[in-house]
Amino acid sequence: MSIAVQCKGVWKTFGSGATAVTALKDIDLAVADGEFVTLVGASGCGKSTLLRTIAGIETHNAGDILVGGTPIKGPGVDRAMVFQNYSLYPWLSVKDNIKFTRQLAAHTRDRTSADVEVASGRADTLLSVMGLTAVAEAYPNQLSGGMQQRVAIARALMSRPRILLMDEPFGALDAQTREVMHDLILHVSQLEHCTVIFVTHDVEEAIYLGQRVVLMAPRPGRVDTVYAVPLTQERSQSMKHQGAFLELKVTILDRIRSTSGMKTDLDLLQRLSRTAART
Amino acid sequence: MNAATVPMPASKPGRRTFGFWVIRGTISQRRYWILAAAGLLLPLLGWAALSASGIVNPVFLPGPLSVLARIGTWYSNDDLLGDIGISTMRVVSGWALSALVALPLGLFIGTYRSVQALLEPLTDFIRYMPAVAFIPLVMLWIGIDEGAKIGIIFIGTFFQMVLMVAEDVRRVPMAQIEAAQTMGATRMEIIEKVIIPSAKPALVDTLRITMGWAWTYLVVAELVAANSGLGYAIIKAQRFLQTDKIFCGIILIGLIGLAMDQCFRLMHRKAFPWLYARS
Repeated sequence: MSIAVQCKGVWKTFGSGATAVTALKDIDLAVADGEFVTLVGASGCGKSTLLRTIAGIETHNAGDILVGGTPIKGPGVDRAMVFQNYSLYPWLSVKDNIKFTRQLAAHTRDRTSADVEVASGRADTLLSVMGLTAVAEAYPNQLSGGMQQRVAIARALMSRPRILLMDEPFGALDAQTREVMHDLILHVSQLEHCTVIFVTHDVEEAIYLGQRVVLMAPRPGRVDTVYAVPLTQERSQSMKHQGAFLELKVTILDRIRSTSGMKTDLDLLQRLSRTAART
Repeated sequence: MNAATVPMPASKPGRRTFGFWVIRGTISQRRYWILAAAGLLLPLLGWAALSASGIVNPVFLPGPLSVLARIGTWYSNDDLLGDIGISTMRVVSGWALSALVALPLGLFIGTYRSVQALLEPLTDFIRYMPAVAFIPLVMLWIGIDEGAKIGIIFIGTFFQMVLMVAEDVRRVPMAQIEAAQTMGATRMEIIEKVIIPSAKPALVDTLRITMGWAWTYLVVAELVAANSGLGYAIIKAQRFLQTDKIFCGIILIGLIGLAMDQCFRLMHRKAFPWLYARS
């Protein structure tokens, strides 16, 4: 299987001099074509930064990010991104949001009239696949959070990207809506044959969606452990109660806890309460 | 028990969301209009009562009826419509000229940090200078024609307007811009297809608010060798102690401003239906 995205010794620092913070330290990661990889970790571990760097909206200081074998230079139409929220264009209808890429030169350089028809059909297909046909003419602020994220995913898929980057796309949704969206995104990513890199802080979500779960650790942001998910590619909600699923969940949660540095905080609290009791 | 058979508990009498003193409460449309009318009529009645009582010398406070009569004589004996026309022309020209420069400049300041660093401190500095103090300079530079009056209104409006436009542009959510970047939009496409449409409603509000400020500079502008206009009429009436005419001028400026403000609000509703669309 060929490699879709490869990070080779990627470093990223924010700021400079004494206040510089290493956000990404020597990241090595390869994602296969068609693979669904999830990134989890404590806050500040650089999972979102890594995703944004792969998207090309953040620059890295050292190392290479190869997409289809060539190093990236900024954002590209081969990589689409879905944000947590506020990324839709409120002045455009749902359908026009989805068709937004069609107005951009990067997507229309060699466009023929036949392509326009194909694109129009593509927009209709995405509307129906994402269950948005009934609200095609509505504005985003008339939709629920879950429906808005469906629009964001459809918009990202419009240009048939090989790679879909998702930055906590369901983080603001309620638990029930999120389950529906999980099955939807699994279904759609298989239908579209695209590689997905998915950032989340929810371990259950990471296991349920991912074929591999990449655990990142903070200060400095680095890849800690990569777990292969011992489930079949076809997922169903009942798998969340299987032993293998729960075992992996406990393992990952334990590992996040020990990398997050939360333990030292607990020690400090105990010491503080002891001093308080003595006085 | 079936959920449908459970009787709905009677709403508690103490909790109200509807009433005069409910914090952020709602009021009925009818009550809104009654209160709004009262807010306008009560001061008017108070004014009428005060002047009818004879406590105050009419030179200091003419009654509403004599002010109304003065509007009539101003219309029949002097050139009321001409005064309104020329004043409106001056205000609108100064304001439009200001908008013509402030909109592109503010767009650049709000979009590029480098342009912001170059121009914003200077604008902030000039903004604090009183427009009135520029009158001698404006007369020296532009002369005493219409240009000078328009120039004063421009100076009074422009520097505030630039900063407000820049702020409107800066308020465009970063996620909207980043989404366009990941879709491969060029810099010009992002400005044209994301930043401008996203900031447009706020820009129209800024234009509406600065139009109000432009009117407040009218009297100052018509200090410069004017022989027509509402502001000039007020200044001349002051010389002859025609308090009723001063009242007329002030009220007319207020009414024209109110009418323009309402036009802007109506335009806002028509131009940006997506802001007012609700599911």
